[in-house]
Amino acid sequence: MADQQLNSGNPRVDIEYRRRKSTEEMRYQVVSFTLMIFLTLIAFAAVAVKGFTAWFTVPFIILLAVVQVIFQLYYFMHMSHKGHEAPSLFLYSGALVGAVTILAFTTIIWW
Amino acid sequence: MSTLAQKKGFGATLWDFLTTVDHKKIAILYLIAGGLFFLVGGLEAVFIRIQLAVPNNDFVSAGAFNEIITMHGTTMIFLAAMPLIFAFMNAVMPLQIGARDVAFPFVNAVSFWLFFFGGVFLNLSWFLGGAPDAGWTSYASLAMASKGHGVDFYILGLQISGFGTLMGGINFLVTIINMRAPGMTYMRMPLFTWTTFVTSALILFAFPPLTVGLVLMMFDRMFGANFFEVAAGGNTVIWEHLFWIFGHPEVYILVLPAFGIFSEIIPIFSRKRLFGYSSMVFATVLIGFLGFMVWAHHMFTTGLGPVANAIFAVATMAIGVPTGIKIFNWLLTMWGGSVKFTTPMHWAFAFIPSFLAGGVTGVMLASAAADYQYHDTYFVVAHFHYVIVGGVVFAIFAGTHLYWPKMFGTMLNETLGKITFWLFFIGFHLTFFIQHFLGLWGMPRRVFTYLPGQGFDAANMVSSIGAAFMGLGVIIMLINIIMTSVKNVRVGNDPWGDGRTLEWSIPSPPPFYNFKQLPLVRGLDAFWIEKMEGKNGMTPAEPLGDIHMPNSSFMPFVMGFGLFIAAFGALYHPDKVSWSLPVLILGLLITFGSMFMRSVKDDHGFHIHKEELIDDEDKGVKA
Amino acid sequence: MHAEEKFTYETWPAAPEKATLEAKNKFLGFWFFLGGETVLFASLFATYLALKDKVGDSGQPLAKELFELPLTFVATMLLLTSSLTSVYAMYHMKNFAFKKMMVWLGLTALLGAGFLGLEVYEFSHYVHEGHKFTSSAFGSAFYTLVGFHGGHVAFGLLWCLTLMFRNGKRGLNLYNAPKFYVFSLYWHFIDVVWVFIFTVVYLMGMVG
Repeated sequence: MADQQLNSGNPRVDIEYRRRKSTEEMRYQVVSFTLMIFLTLIAFAAVAVKGFTAWFTVPFIILLAVVQVIFQLYYFMHMSHKGHEAPSLFLYSGALVGAVTILAFTTIIWW
Repeated sequence: MSTLAQKKGFGATLWDFLTTVDHKKIAILYLIAGGLFFLVGGLEAVFIRIQLAVPNNDFVSAGAFNEIITMHGTTMIFLAAMPLIFAFMNAVMPLQIGARDVAFPFVNAVSFWLFFFGGVFLNLSWFLGGAPDAGWTSYASLAMASKGHGVDFYILGLQISGFGTLMGGINFLVTIINMRAPGMTYMRMPLFTWTTFVTSALILFAFPPLTVGLVLMMFDRMFGANFFEVAAGGNTVIWEHLFWIFGHPEVYILVLPAFGIFSEIIPIFSRKRLFGYSSMVFATVLIGFLGFMVWAHHMFTTGLGPVANAIFAVATMAIGVPTGIKIFNWLLTMWGGSVKFTTPMHWAFAFIPSFLAGGVTGVMLASAAADYQYHDTYFVVAHFHYVIVGGVVFAIFAGTHLYWPKMFGTMLNETLGKITFWLFFIGFHLTFFIQHFLGLWGMPRRVFTYLPGQGFDAANMVSSIGAAFMGLGVIIMLINIIMTSVKNVRVGNDPWGDGRTLEWSIPSPPPFYNFKQLPLVRGLDAFWIEKMEGKNGMTPAEPLGDIHMPNSSFMPFVMGFGLFIAAFGALYHPDKVSWSLPVLILGLLITFGSMFMRSVKDDHGFHIHKEELIDDEDKGVKA
Repeated sequence: MHAEEKFTYETWPAAPEKATLEAKNKFLGFWFFLGGETVLFASLFATYLALKDKVGDSGQPLAKELFELPLTFVATMLLLTSSLTSVYAMYHMKNFAFKKMMVWLGLTALLGAGFLGLEVYEFSHYVHEGHKFTSSAFGSAFYTLVGFHGGHVAFGLLWCLTLMFRNGKRGLNLYNAPKFYVFSLYWHFIDVVWVFIFTVVYLMGMVG
C-alpha cells in the first residue's frame, strides 16, 4: 500500500516503489470506475426494459447500488487501506442505525 | 507567552472566557451555563408542584402550565443535564488520557457557544409571546396546531444547540482515539473516558434523526410543507419515530457519563480498584448499542401492532442485563474496601438503590401489554425521574464535589455538601416515590389540575413538599459554592488523597498546557501504580520540549451569535414582516462568513518554549 | 513534521494527508462526520420512502409520471465522473504534482456544477408540472431529500473553489494536503448518496 513506511534504505528505490504502487492503485481506481459505470448502466437498463416485475427489479437495483457503494468506499475512499479501522467501524455503525430506521419507516408507519 | 499566573481584572477575565479554546475553561463555561439553566428548570419544576399541590388550583392557567412543563423538560434535558455532563467530559477526559487538549479546540469552543445561544434563544420565548407548549417531545399533531411562535422557538433553539452537541461528540471521539498518552491502550483507559467515548458515538448517531425531525417540523410549520399534514398525504407518526430514534439514545447519552462518574468515585473512596473492569467496558458498549434498538417502547400505544411491540419490549428488557452487570460491579468494588464517606460517596451510595428503582420500573414499562395501563400516567413520570434524577442529577452533584478541586483549585465544604445531599435525597424520594402510586391510581400526566375526591390530594401535596426540600438543598449548594470561592483555600494535586487516574497527578487546577511532559502509562489506574511504588508523580514519556498550543479566538462566539440572529429572522418569516429575510441572511452571513474566514486565515497556534517550562519548575507556582 | 516545511517530490511523505497530528485528527474527525451524515441521509430516505406517492387529495402527479430516465442518467454520469476526477486529483497530490492536482480539482468542480445546473432545470420542470414542495407530503419529502443532497453538492462546490483559490499560489504543504484530502472524501460521499438517490427515488419511482 502506498501509505506504508518505506525503509529499503535506498531513497531512490523507495521513491520508485511508491511511484509504481501509486500507478498500480490508480489502475484499480480506473477499473473500479468502469465497473461502477457498468453497474449504473445495468440498473438503468433493468428499469428501462419492460418485462421484469417490480418484485425482481427493486431488490436487484438496490443490490447493484450497494455493490457500487462498496466500490466507492473501498477504492475511491481508500477504506481498504490500513489505518481505516475506526472509519470502517463508524461508517458501518452509522449504516446499521440507518438501516434500522429505514426498515422501521417502510414497515411500521403505514401498516 | 508566559506560563506564570497573571493578576487579571474583570474585563480581562471576561475576554479570556469569551475567546478561550482551552478545554478546562470551556468546561467551566458549560458548568456555569448548565448550572444556570438547571436553576431555571428547577424553578419551572417548583411552579409545577405549586400548581399541583392542591386540586382545582389556579396558580397558573392551563396554557401557562403547558408551557411550564414543556420548558421544564426541554431545559432540564437539553440545557442543564447535557451541558453539565459536557462540563465534566471536557474538564476530565483529556486529563485522564494524558492529552494537552481535545483534538479540535476551536470547534470545542464553537460547540459551547452554539449550545449557549440555542439555549438563550429558546428561553427568550418566555418574553416574546410564549414558550413552546407541546411537551418536550413536541408530538406533531399538537405542535402543528400550537398557536404563536412557541414551538418555533423550540425547533430553532434545539437545532442550534444540537449542532453544538454533534460537534462535541466528534471532538471527543477523535481525542480519545488519537491523543492518548504513550502506554495508554484502550483497556487502560479510565471508565469515565470509556463512557465519554461510547456517549460520543451515541451523540454522533442519535442527533442526525433529531436534526431531520426538527427540519421537517420547521418546514411544515414555517414553509408550507406537508410531512405531517394528513390531508396532503402526510403522517404524524413520522415525527414520533424520528424523535424517539433520537430520544432513546439521548437518555443513554445522559446516563452513561453518570455511570462513568460513579465508576471513578466508588474506587477512589473504597480505596479499591473497580471490580470487573473489562465487563464494565463491555456493558457500556452493549448499552450503547442496544440503546438504538428500543425506541418504539415510547410508542407502544400508537398502533404499531403486536409483532413490533413484542420485538421492542424484548429488546428493552435486554438492556437491563448490562446495566445490572454494572450495579453488581459497583457493589463488589465497595465490598471489602476501606470506605470513606465523603460527599461524593454519599451520592454514590444513594445512586445505587435510586437508579435501580428507576430501572426496575423501566422493566415494568417495557412489558407492552402492561404499558397500555401505565402510558401517559404519573407512573411513567415517576420512572423517568428516578432514572434521570437518581442517575444523572446525583452524578452531577457527586461529580461537582469530586472534580471541583481539579477545576477550581479549592474544595467545596463537606458539611454543607452533606446537608445538601440529605435535603435533596429526602426531597427527591418524597416527590417521586408517591408518583408511582398516583400513576397506578389513575392520575394522568401533563394535566394542569385534578378534581378533588379521587384520592390524589394527599399524594400530590406530599410530592410538592418534596420539591421544597430539593429547592432548599440546591440553595445550600449555591451557598457552599459562594463560600468556597470567597475563602479560596488552595489545594494540591491530589486533594482527596486517593486519586487513581492521571488527572490527580497534576496541579489543581492544571497549568493551561496540562502536562509539562506527557506521562508514561504503565497500566490501568496509572497514577495509582506509581503511588504504590512510592513515587509521587508520573514518569515522563518524553523529554522536556517545546509545547504546541492553540490560539484563542473570538470567532466561536461570533459564529454562535450569527445563528442566534438568523434564528430570529427565520422565526418571524411566516409573519411576513419586512425585516425577517434580511435578518436571516445577515445572521447566516455572520456565521458562514466567520467559518470562511477561519478556513482561509492560517492559524498555526503558538509554542511554549522549553526554557519557560524550566522556569516554572524553579518558581513552583503555575498559571 | 512541520506544517510549513518545504518539500520536494523525493521528501514528500507517502501519506501527506495523515503526516501531522492535526492531519490525523482531521482525517478521523471527517470520517466520523460522514458516519453521522449516513444516519442523517438514512432518516431522509426513510421519510421519503414512507411518503412516496402520498399526495392525499391533491391530485398531484406521482413518481412514475414525473421522473425520466435520460435526465437522471446524464446527471449520474456527471457526478460519477466527477468522483473519478477527484481520485485523479488525490493521485497527483500523493505524487507531489501540485499543478496537475489543481487541474483535476477544477474538472471535478466543473462536472459538479454541471450536475447542479441539470438538477435546477429538473426541479423547475417539475414545478411546472405541478409537483411542488408545498403541494403534497410526497412533494415535501422529494424536494427535502433530493434538495438536501443538491445543497451538499453546492456546498462542496464552494469548498472546492475556495481551496483552489486560497492555495493556488502556495503549492503543496502538510498544512493544505489534509484539506484537499478531506474535501475528496466529502465529494465521494455525496456521490455515494447519489447512487442511493437515483436508485431509490428515480429508478424505484419509475418501476412503481
